[in-house]
Amino acid sequence: MLSPEEQQEIAAVAAHYELKKAAGIDALRIVQRHRGWVSDQTLRDVAEALEMSPTDLDSVATFYNLIFRRPVGRHVILICDSVSCWVMGYENLLDHLQRRLGIGLGQTTSDGLFTLLPHVCLGACDQAPAMMIDDQLYGCLDAEKIDAILGSFEK
Amino acid sequence: MQPQRPLTQNILPERPPLNLSEYEKAGGYQALRKVLAGMTPQQVTAAVLEANLRGRGGAGFPTGRKWSFVPMGPEAPQPKYLVINADEMEPATFKDRVLLEGDPHQLIEGIIIGAYAIQARMAYIFLRTTYTVAARNIAAAIAEAQAKGYLGHHILGSDFSIELHLHVSAGRYICGEETGLLNALEGKRANPRAKPPFPPVIGLWGKPTVANNVETICNVPHIINHGAAWFRGLSRVADGGTKIYGVSGKVKRPGAWELPLGVTIRELIEESAGGMRDGLAVRAILPGGASTDLLTADHLDVVMDFNGVAAAGSRLGTGTMVVVDDQTCIVGLVANLMRFFAQESCGWCTPCREGLPWLAKILTAIEQGRGEPDDIAILKEHIHLLGPGRTFCALAPGAMEPLQSALKYFEEDFLRHIRERRCPWR
Repeated sequence: MLSPEEQQEIAAVAAHYELKKAAGIDALRIVQRHRGWVSDQTLRDVAEALEMSPTDLDSVATFYNLIFRRPVGRHVILICDSVSCWVMGYENLLDHLQRRLGIGLGQTTSDGLFTLLPHVCLGACDQAPAMMIDDQLYGCLDAEKIDAILGSFEK
Repeated sequence: MQPQRPLTQNILPERPPLNLSEYEKAGGYQALRKVLAGMTPQQVTAAVLEANLRGRGGAGFPTGRKWSFVPMGPEAPQPKYLVINADEMEPATFKDRVLLEGDPHQLIEGIIIGAYAIQARMAYIFLRTTYTVAARNIAAAIAEAQAKGYLGHHILGSDFSIELHLHVSAGRYICGEETGLLNALEGKRANPRAKPPFPPVIGLWGKPTVANNVETICNVPHIINHGAAWFRGLSRVADGGTKIYGVSGKVKRPGAWELPLGVTIRELIEESAGGMRDGLAVRAILPGGASTDLLTADHLDVVMDFNGVAAAGSRLGTGTMVVVDDQTCIVGLVANLMRFFAQESCGWCTPCREGLPWLAKILTAIEQGRGEPDDIAILKEHIHLLGPGRTFCALAPGAMEPLQSALKYFEEDFLRHIRERRCPWR
């Protein structure tokens, strides 16, 4: 069941559009912000709230890279894998991140703290190589800086 | 006083953007007042047309002309929409970020004036998820503008009403394609639509819709304030205005700067970006984002405007370049780009859905020393098969641009990988 808060937020955003179901992406982002990811049951609840079929909504949910249909860790790391970061050597940083966290791309650490995902150009090419953790951008990265950033989350 | 750098005049790094009253003190919302006090929508469009403002999202279509396609008058379908494309997911592009984070009221003023010109009642800012600072700043600015009566019903006591909403997307490159973006706003998968009909006639929910890039619309208040002749005079070339250029790669000072439209590649690399890092030389330039043809060190004096870059065989695109140095592998670069395009294809049409992953696989194999002599012929065949006119939208043809130019200028690099069965740059 959607919480009253989620229902309220979804109703408010649905009012921005001609048709209720246009708010599908906004609604999925809302529930994801509250729950971390979108389970099958949550997807059905959101579809019902927007008066659309769960199949329709799932075809939307699975199209977008940042709607998570599987559980993720408490913090999601998006490492930029696009051209400027590639030129600036992001591949070495990715190796470092994977070794440090003991996981590969698309995986979550066993303590549930981090999920590591690749992401297309973060629009921080002047600070390449770059990554985001949750809502925060980190640029001009090297292995040392990554260790310090991850350390601040691990405390 | 007439500004030389209108778009960034209020933006200082490390300082929060101007709030509403600071923006007003700096001359903000004067253009909107001028429009509502005595200009017809047609006069606003004419001013933008006369300024020679071409779209800054990549395609360079004249903004005033796009607006002039919208049906006007009492018989026109209602409601009409203005959509601002702030998706900025083209790899190597980070110029709209500067404006979105740095001066949200400039964006909002541009939107209100643009909406007035086409008589739209509803406007959306379509923003990518990862621009979280921009989202915060824009939401705050919309709330301020609403409270002050710049947005909403009968703004500033006029007959004109406009509602503005921020839509934060969920991360997919194809949303930047104009009609894909409209489908995304309707809550659907962002598959592009067939054109014609074009959005200014049949767009969002079938109603007339203009989609403008962030940098484009931010120019509009300045054109109204200072006039078309001033705007054309900002530029060194026939197209009007300044441009937010960007440089990334192994230069001394990567960054984005507002400069007269029509500076050269050399000026950008050597002056703005401080030149190459020590010991490195320019080998290639990706001039305007992932979907533009590579240029070489022989092209440093090419003028970075729509016509100049086109004459050199590429496109201005977004005006944000990647400099490729002589110690970076061109094959690896193109393989990286192709993996991006393959992943971000919406999968709607066959050449793009099937062709791009195949190309990404071949290029990755060549990069890793597993290429075959026949691969070059397969790559070249695809440049034709995925080229203009064979796909539903411009994604696959755009993906072919860096590949075809890499083969044109650097085919020997591909052959060396295949012959030596390794990457000579690693």
